[in-house]
Amino acid sequence: MTFDKISRRRVLQGTAALTLGTALPLRGAMAAETTIGFIYVGSRDDYGYNQAHAAGAAALKKMPGIKVVEEEKVPETDAVEKTMESMINLDGATLLFPTSFGYYNPHMIKMALKFPKLRFEHCGGLWSDKDPKNAGSYFGYIDEAQHVAGIVAGYSTKSGKLGFVAAKPIPQVLRNINAFTLGAKLANPKVTTQVIFTGDWSMPVKEAEATNGLIDQGVDVLTCHVDGPKTVVENAARRGAMVCGYHVNQSVLAPQAYLTGAEWNWEVLYPRFAKMFTSGETIPNFYRGGLKEEIVKVSPYGPMVSEEAKKKADEVKAALTAGNYVIFKGPLVDNKGNTVVASGVSRGQTDPELEKMSYLLDGVIGATS
Amino acid sequence: MKADADTASTTAGVGEFLRLPPFGRKFGAWAEYIVIPALALLASLVLFGIFVALFGKNPLDLYFFMYQGAFGTWFSWQNTLTRAAPLILTALCTALPAQLGMVIIGGEGALLIGALCATSAALALPAAPPLVVDVAMAFAGMIGGGLWIMLSGALRQYRGVNETISSLLLVYIALAVLNFLVEGPMRDPTSLNKPSTPEIGAANMIGSIPGTDVHWGLAFGIIAAVLSYILIYHTVFGFAARVAGGNIRAAKVVGLSVGKLILIICFLAGAAAGLAGMMEVAAVQGRTNANLAAGYGFAGILVAFLARQNPLAVIPVAVLLGGIGASGGLLQRRLGLPDASVLVLEGTIFVMVLASDSLYGRLGIFKGKS
Amino acid sequence: MAAPSDIGLWTVPLAVFGGAVRVSTPFLFVSLGECITERSGRINLGLEGTLVMGAMAGYGVSYLTGSPWLGVLAAGITGAGMGALHAAICGLPRVNDIAVGIALMLFGIGLAFYLGKPLIEPTAPRLPSIDFGWWSDIPQVRAALRINVLFLFGVALAPILVWALRTTRWGLIIRTAGESADAALAMGYSVNWIRLRATMFGGFLAGIGGSFLSLFYPGSWNEGLSSGQGITAVALVIFARWNPMLCMWASLLFGGAAALGPALQSIGFSYGYHLFNAAPYILTLLIMIATCSPKRTLIGAPAELSITR
Repeated sequence: MTFDKISRRRVLQGTAALTLGTALPLRGAMAAETTIGFIYVGSRDDYGYNQAHAAGAAALKKMPGIKVVEEEKVPETDAVEKTMESMINLDGATLLFPTSFGYYNPHMIKMALKFPKLRFEHCGGLWSDKDPKNAGSYFGYIDEAQHVAGIVAGYSTKSGKLGFVAAKPIPQVLRNINAFTLGAKLANPKVTTQVIFTGDWSMPVKEAEATNGLIDQGVDVLTCHVDGPKTVVENAARRGAMVCGYHVNQSVLAPQAYLTGAEWNWEVLYPRFAKMFTSGETIPNFYRGGLKEEIVKVSPYGPMVSEEAKKKADEVKAALTAGNYVIFKGPLVDNKGNTVVASGVSRGQTDPELEKMSYLLDGVIGATS
Repeated sequence: MKADADTASTTAGVGEFLRLPPFGRKFGAWAEYIVIPALALLASLVLFGIFVALFGKNPLDLYFFMYQGAFGTWFSWQNTLTRAAPLILTALCTALPAQLGMVIIGGEGALLIGALCATSAALALPAAPPLVVDVAMAFAGMIGGGLWIMLSGALRQYRGVNETISSLLLVYIALAVLNFLVEGPMRDPTSLNKPSTPEIGAANMIGSIPGTDVHWGLAFGIIAAVLSYILIYHTVFGFAARVAGGNIRAAKVVGLSVGKLILIICFLAGAAAGLAGMMEVAAVQGRTNANLAAGYGFAGILVAFLARQNPLAVIPVAVLLGGIGASGGLLQRRLGLPDASVLVLEGTIFVMVLASDSLYGRLGIFKGKS
Repeated sequence: MAAPSDIGLWTVPLAVFGGAVRVSTPFLFVSLGECITERSGRINLGLEGTLVMGAMAGYGVSYLTGSPWLGVLAAGITGAGMGALHAAICGLPRVNDIAVGIALMLFGIGLAFYLGKPLIEPTAPRLPSIDFGWWSDIPQVRAALRINVLFLFGVALAPILVWALRTTRWGLIIRTAGESADAALAMGYSVNWIRLRATMFGGFLAGIGGSFLSLFYPGSWNEGLSSGQGITAVALVIFARWNPMLCMWASLLFGGAAALGPALQSIGFSYGYHLFNAAPYILTLLIMIATCSPKRTLIGAPAELSITR
């Protein structure tokens, strides 16, 4: 008898779930809630790239009238197209953030063409006039924050050797390496930055090897551009080196060794976008900015940062925030001896030449191929 | 052995009690072949439901969302079929050599090499009409993938190197070759932040099956599976392969050229996976880059084993696994389950199906009255 | 930290040595464990899953209890559990142990990622290392000689296993089960029972190897921790001819090869670094090609091992 009762209850529960499920999109429309979809290529809590976006999504969840659906570990194949469609069809999402670089072409473009009334925003600066109008790119000049971190690193290093663990030699990464080095040179013109490319965005063993290899070479301040800086931060701190973080604030992992870091500020940008979207305002197709537009930020200084470093770093930070500071100002020579930015030329952040960066500046030890 | 007899007679007794005609008489071994894996699948779903319940989720919700995500709507079906398409071909890469008793798990590597060869073919024919380019790509992909796996087979035949391990090592080597070429010699200079080869051109892309969102790779996969089935079970060549797989010494005594069999079958296996790679380029990505290494090869191994290495059975199993993958998104969003739960389910199914291997010939229902 | 001396090109061999020690430890444990398992006549390809489960369990227990050594123990026990599961399923009639291995690899990885989700962010206490380079003033030498206790344990284990296999009763029983199931039965032992113990032992060691990854080097838990190390360790066993001492040397060789790429880059040689990253796999393949032969296929292989039949 009891068994019958339980099974009947279960059936009712199941049916209830069924009706609820099918009624879901309807309910969404009736509540006039905006559903925003986030798609991550890796795991949300990687202490790096994806976590930064998830922090932005978390800021959105706190806003009234906004519902957020997230999916992680979605590969950059047609699977992401299906994920986006699923979010649109089953969750009623109207604004989507596929956050990984490789989602844009062809996947996000295909979806944007298929759903012309919905909005797709991509992190990466790829949008051009040939692309659909309901797609957009946003981009943060995190190299500004790396530049400030570089200043701090330059003041803090005792050996004059800095280290950079990088994934792949693509322009965004090279820009970070160069900005970091230029900042460090403001503190100490003789400083060098040694780069090791691990080959992919997430390779913990290679990142650990690279960190140890750099420290063996005499490097005492490190930073990185990989998806999950946790390995580099922890291994550097364990060897007694200092470290500048990336993507998010990793000071918790190395409270003494953490100097500062270059972080994304999606928690400010995404609510801004959401407000624009819900109020009917069109988000610009191409939205970029740095410290001034609050899209990136610099971590608070750690205990080992000297007063001198803080002063200079704050000075440059203020200038960048005010918008009257150019990082890539000529004359700049690359580490092979060629002049890459001529004397008198100033490449501001929006300069398209910087998007094609393929060189490492003088002072950087390493090769791009 | 006494335990076996007991199990058989007990279940035969159950069958009699339920007044079921002995399946054995009516459907022969086929019934066993389908029912036992189905039971294993059911058992895995139950186990997975219990597992999920331990974390506070309602198993009924789980089953509902799995169904909805995989087969519930037309959109879900397309999601499932899109995921199944490459799996059929990569599963053949494991299923074909299995007829010879070889365990090859290098489908991922053959897929990548096939993709590289196909892209090279397309880039080498910039002015040719799309049909020519696509055919050239298909051939290049198949030959590239075929040679890659044939290498593993040759190493086994002529150097005695275990093919499971060599095919896996070749996967990692293929990955390194892919990354090296895509970031170096074959790189498109404008693909700055995502190193890729140049695009093959929109005109050369293969579209979807009319009326659906699923690309033609599904159709090619089904055709390949059917052809493989016919080859293995209805040709002399296939018969020779199965004989060699059953007992190599007997095969040699009978005069079968085992070396040739191995090389040909490995080539065909690699060609299937290479074709999958070509389809990924021609129908999905449009060029080659690191995105191609999405684990289709490894999922294909799972499909092949679950289908008991039978090329025809690969088709429904691929659809099933595609469905599980398709429902993963809903499980994440509605139940808050991590993405890894799909892996746990697939692993459980695999383990249960393998364990159920031991049930063949032991269940009396299938035996009929003796 | 003392300023490192400029030792120029010596960095590479030192880095390779240090890397060999660091990176080889998981290979060492997994291959030694698999060596015993295969000597008993069973091949366990699921060690990749066991390795990852061990890494997760070790990290989790270390975090929860504050003791990394308890973590190592927990990792070993988890590994033994996975080994028992493998043996139990393979013990059923007509089950293919290679397929079971692949299934458990998938299952183990999935389960580890699932349970390990909450462990990605927290920091767990790590294993300590012994500073063997105290005699040197050169920091690079000291860094290369900072060796973890587990590595020493593994290196000590290899000759012990050789001795045990050769002279103890258990060693004889395991070898008999591996060479001839009938002979073992004739001796009065249940072959499945022997292989169960051997697989559990193999799993125990593999779990410890995994805990090294998460508790020492690279020293944190995330989903990219192992890149086929479990499976390549199985390959190592084969070309080490099922001899535990050769397993040890093969692991060191492998670890050194894996450290070569970053070491070369750190002195400025960076062309084709992808191919260098594949060096361990290419090396394994080449050595297997060189040492295997179709005539004397897998010489020294336990006759009962399914891949030799």
